[in-house]
Amino acid sequence: MNVLPKWVDIILIPLINLLLALIVAGIVVIFIGENPVEAMRLLIVGALGSSYGIGFTLFYATSFVFTGLAVAVAFHASLFNIGGEGQAGIAGLGVAIVALNLDHTHWLLVFPLAIIAAALFGAAWAAIPAYLQAKRGSHIVITTIMFNYIASALLIYLLVNQLKVEGAMAPETRRFAEGAHLPFMHEMMGWIGLSMTKTPMNISFIWALMCCVGVWLLIWRTRLGYEIRAFGQSEPAARYAGISPTKIIMIAMLISGALAGMMALNVVVGGFSQKLVNDPIQGAGFVGIAVALMGRSHPVGVLLAAILFGVLYQGGAELAFEMPSISREMILVIQALVILFTGALENMVRGPVTRLFLSLRRGAI
Amino acid sequence: MSDTNTAGRAQSAPAIELKGISKAFGPVQANKDISLHVAKGAIHGIVGENGAGKSTLMSILYGFYKSDAGEIYINGDLTPIPDSQAAIKAGIGMVHQHFKLVENFTVLENVVLGAEDGAMLKPSLAKARDVLTTLAHEYELDVDPDAVIEDLSVGHQQRVEILKALYRQADILILDEPTGVLTPAEADHLFRILGNLKAEGKTIILITHKLREIMAITDSVSVMRRGEMTATKPTSQTNAQELAELMVGRQVLLQVDKKPASPGAALLRVENLSVRDELGVEKLRNVSFEVRAGEILGVAGVAGNGQSELLEIISGISPADSGKVLINGDAIDIGKTANPNMRRHRGIAHVPEDRHRMGLVMSNMAWENTFLGYQDDPAFEGSFGFMRRENIIEDAKQKIERFDIRPPNPRLKAENFSGGNQQKIVLAREIERNPDVLLVGQPTRGVDIGAIEFIHKQIVALRDAGKAILLVSVELDEILSLSDRVIVMFDGAVAGERDATKTNNKELGMLMAGMAGEAA
Amino acid sequence: MDLATILQLFDSSLRLATPLLFACLAGLFSERAGIFDIGLEGKILASAFAAGAFAAVTGSAMLGLCAGLVASIMMSLIHGLASITFQGNQIISGVAINFLASGLTALIGQNWFHQGGQTPPLSGSGRFQSLTWPLAEKLNSLPVIGPIYKELISGHNILVYVALLCVPVTWWVLFRTRFGLRLRAVGENPGAVDTAGISVTRLRYQAVIICGILCGLAGVYLSTAMAAGFGREMSAGRGFIALAALIFAKWKPVPALFTCLLFGFLEAVAIRYQSIDLGFGTVPVQFMQALPYILTVVILAGFVGKAIPPKAGGRPYVKER
Repeated sequence: MNVLPKWVDIILIPLINLLLALIVAGIVVIFIGENPVEAMRLLIVGALGSSYGIGFTLFYATSFVFTGLAVAVAFHASLFNIGGEGQAGIAGLGVAIVALNLDHTHWLLVFPLAIIAAALFGAAWAAIPAYLQAKRGSHIVITTIMFNYIASALLIYLLVNQLKVEGAMAPETRRFAEGAHLPFMHEMMGWIGLSMTKTPMNISFIWALMCCVGVWLLIWRTRLGYEIRAFGQSEPAARYAGISPTKIIMIAMLISGALAGMMALNVVVGGFSQKLVNDPIQGAGFVGIAVALMGRSHPVGVLLAAILFGVLYQGGAELAFEMPSISREMILVIQALVILFTGALENMVRGPVTRLFLSLRRGAI
Repeated sequence: MSDTNTAGRAQSAPAIELKGISKAFGPVQANKDISLHVAKGAIHGIVGENGAGKSTLMSILYGFYKSDAGEIYINGDLTPIPDSQAAIKAGIGMVHQHFKLVENFTVLENVVLGAEDGAMLKPSLAKARDVLTTLAHEYELDVDPDAVIEDLSVGHQQRVEILKALYRQADILILDEPTGVLTPAEADHLFRILGNLKAEGKTIILITHKLREIMAITDSVSVMRRGEMTATKPTSQTNAQELAELMVGRQVLLQVDKKPASPGAALLRVENLSVRDELGVEKLRNVSFEVRAGEILGVAGVAGNGQSELLEIISGISPADSGKVLINGDAIDIGKTANPNMRRHRGIAHVPEDRHRMGLVMSNMAWENTFLGYQDDPAFEGSFGFMRRENIIEDAKQKIERFDIRPPNPRLKAENFSGGNQQKIVLAREIERNPDVLLVGQPTRGVDIGAIEFIHKQIVALRDAGKAILLVSVELDEILSLSDRVIVMFDGAVAGERDATKTNNKELGMLMAGMAGEAA
Repeated sequence: MDLATILQLFDSSLRLATPLLFACLAGLFSERAGIFDIGLEGKILASAFAAGAFAAVTGSAMLGLCAGLVASIMMSLIHGLASITFQGNQIISGVAINFLASGLTALIGQNWFHQGGQTPPLSGSGRFQSLTWPLAEKLNSLPVIGPIYKELISGHNILVYVALLCVPVTWWVLFRTRFGLRLRAVGENPGAVDTAGISVTRLRYQAVIICGILCGLAGVYLSTAMAAGFGREMSAGRGFIALAALIFAKWKPVPALFTCLLFGFLEAVAIRYQSIDLGFGTVPVQFMQALPYILTVVILAGFVGKAIPPKAGGRPYVKER
């Protein structure tokens, strides 16, 4: 039985957890011999202090919204999709295939086709673990981990043997022509007469916001969402209600894989690189886990948490530049601490907070 | 056990004395200032409804939970019991309702677990083998020491639990609802064992909600209600009626007011239904019966004799291997493609046995539970797969009002309602559809007495409206007071059929034990 | 292929299997006790860094080993705190530990040594040296047996032999001792252990610490025996291959040995040959690298013998009410 008011559950506890993560991160900074308050200031200014910083922050956040939503949708079906990394990587392949073939046309054609390709490729990579979970009971956490490594090997193989530019050393595709470049945010601002610093933030961000709305509608307003939640909370109740576990596992994982796949849009045809490189995902699939945990699997929470991690990534890069003794990997440390405190150690804070509220309530009576 | 100095005092002192035990789980006060004496060498019964706090109290005595307040005296000595290790040292053994056995271990391994002699296993196992042989002779506790637990019957698994306690030289044995999963024959055997143990001077505490058992084998009895101990009496100075009243706190209406049935055509017919589980064990064997319009057919039996499978197959949750189910004379799909939704469209409603796992999604709000299973109803589902929330919530409000569900808040989570009100949500959902056939499993399990009456009345009203009702319950009294006809399930088959007005507890009990010959 | 090549291949298989074996047995202790651990990778990495760093500073491989064990056990204790004491999600905790190790090793490595996250190269007593067995040189002239003795049996560092020795020791502990009985019981039904008067918490912490020690040895091996110093992300997914091996071996010590040798062999082949010509086509090196994962998925799918994990695995123990 949950005795906590809703605001405590969705705002206070995540904030306390975040604070704890930052305190421990601060201790790490002190250990390195720097001033944590100054580091924090540099990080926030680097991420939010200029339109340049904000653009980069939201560029990173775009990726994290997609991978966060992917994990969140699977969470609602009580599935732990830890394979966002592989699904997004394979989706990158799909997006690259569209871009390589159609970059002589126009982004208005490439964008929708790239979305479809990303969704299909991402979903396809989630389909096998989903099927094995649904039909054979194979633990989806383990299979999706395995599929991350298989995806990475497949991607390297294809880049080296099929997609690499003849004679080049780096295992990556050629740079796409103009027709495959998604519009940058500064370009779009230009269309309506506003100016913004040039950053890799692009139209994918708007698509990410639309996906947030879409996921919210799906989970809380449709029958399918109702069935996904019923299954996620009680499989026997779902079977009783005529909801097929196989169907829900498959659909939830396909949607999850497709959402993870969308992340490839942002980094393959959205950002500055404009080509498929080795390891295009750079851990964003795993960040999605942290984002979904912090965001309590709710699209609004996911959006906020994704922006938080965007701040962390962009600010962390700036911080590493300003304070050379703090390298970029500080981001990973903070990320790990956030996952640890909001996810694994959640009860450490929840227990005392619950007792506090219980005693307050008793006092009131 | 004790030296000569303390022997005299120990003789007179009670084996167990509890003083002022209290325990709360969050906001729930499970035990409230409980005191208890149990004399040495006695069988003491503790009765009470589900959730009265019996198991919690015994778990405290066994060190499984720590009490918030109170003292425990064993043989007259103040004995703090912070954990199970301390309880075992104090000579207390416990047979839990849900056995605490490692299923892929052998009997021997389970017995020595935690009571090993030394760091190596071999000598421990050898010693245990000898002790087990002795105990088997002494107390009729035969069980193959090398058998793996998951291959043993429930009755044998229970013996392993008793052996575990005796191996640890327990003088005080606590049994929590030991007969719930046993056939009457197995239960009799258990009672013989308990008699043997008593003869050896062991003290036994028997927790149960079955008054007949209390009257049959205990020397003294305590009654618990809502976390409090309401009475302790010698068994010889009380009777079942008085205990029942003490348990529920007011006069019990064991008899349900109902008119004689006037059955019509058969609405539900089951023919030669058979099914095996994934291990190949036969769960249903050629089960046939029919339920007519305006009739309640009771299905009696010890839990686990095929009743659950029967409900799940008829309701379309799981497939059967062979046989037929006919609704209004039409055969319906009972194969792998069977689906509960198809059943609902055919007018079958189902109140499942386990409302916490199956009947409700506990963390969902009440309104979301009032259409579980009916989510494809066009009244609830609009275009593009969107839910019609206004319709659903309005419908939920009406159900809450008609079934007097409290608190009347459709946005409260199901887990925050009491057991009785949760069951009313399920019942409202299923009955309000005006089904032709209603399947009901354990309608009043864990339900307070007020709600029981209400639920029974609803079921009878549906019968009087000309519907067919299949009632599965492990409570014989409930079966007898509600049903018009009764079938008894034993080992997956129908062991017999009786007219409810012309049978009694004893006859049905024999059938439940698989002794059809003696019952006839 | 001549004998020398084959021997070299087997020799490097054994070297590559050693860290897998340590980590696989580490996972075995943890998961047999009901604590799933996808953080093997992070523990290996943390240990490799600590060992590399301390060996570089002190010049002693043994001190490096101690530091590696401490680092790995610390990570284990975080996992224990999350999954035992606070009854958190074991998968999430594992993910966090992997990130934590990845971030901290690079961050602190750069801070201490300013070599892009690497530790200074080790030499002499800073590394675990190969042990040459008696008569290895003399017997080398014997056909077949001589080279096998010299290349395959002799000439490894002490940690390789320790890893191999860990297999029978693990089997013995698990199936012949009181501790092993309790450990297996707590992974199957912690309620049975609790009511038998044994502390589930204590037992699980013990398992988690053993897991830390073994992962620590894997990490120490990587940076102070197999390589001469720590390099960023040098665990390179070995924690996950070990996890795959554990499933492939169905949580049993002796099959774990053979699985790790097989996966080590695959890695050795992938390192030696960029692609393998089978006559009708070539097998790319990436396929060899992915093969352990593919095999594990096949096993998990249950098409070739079902892998059934310990029953209480992954779930925190909460006394039922």
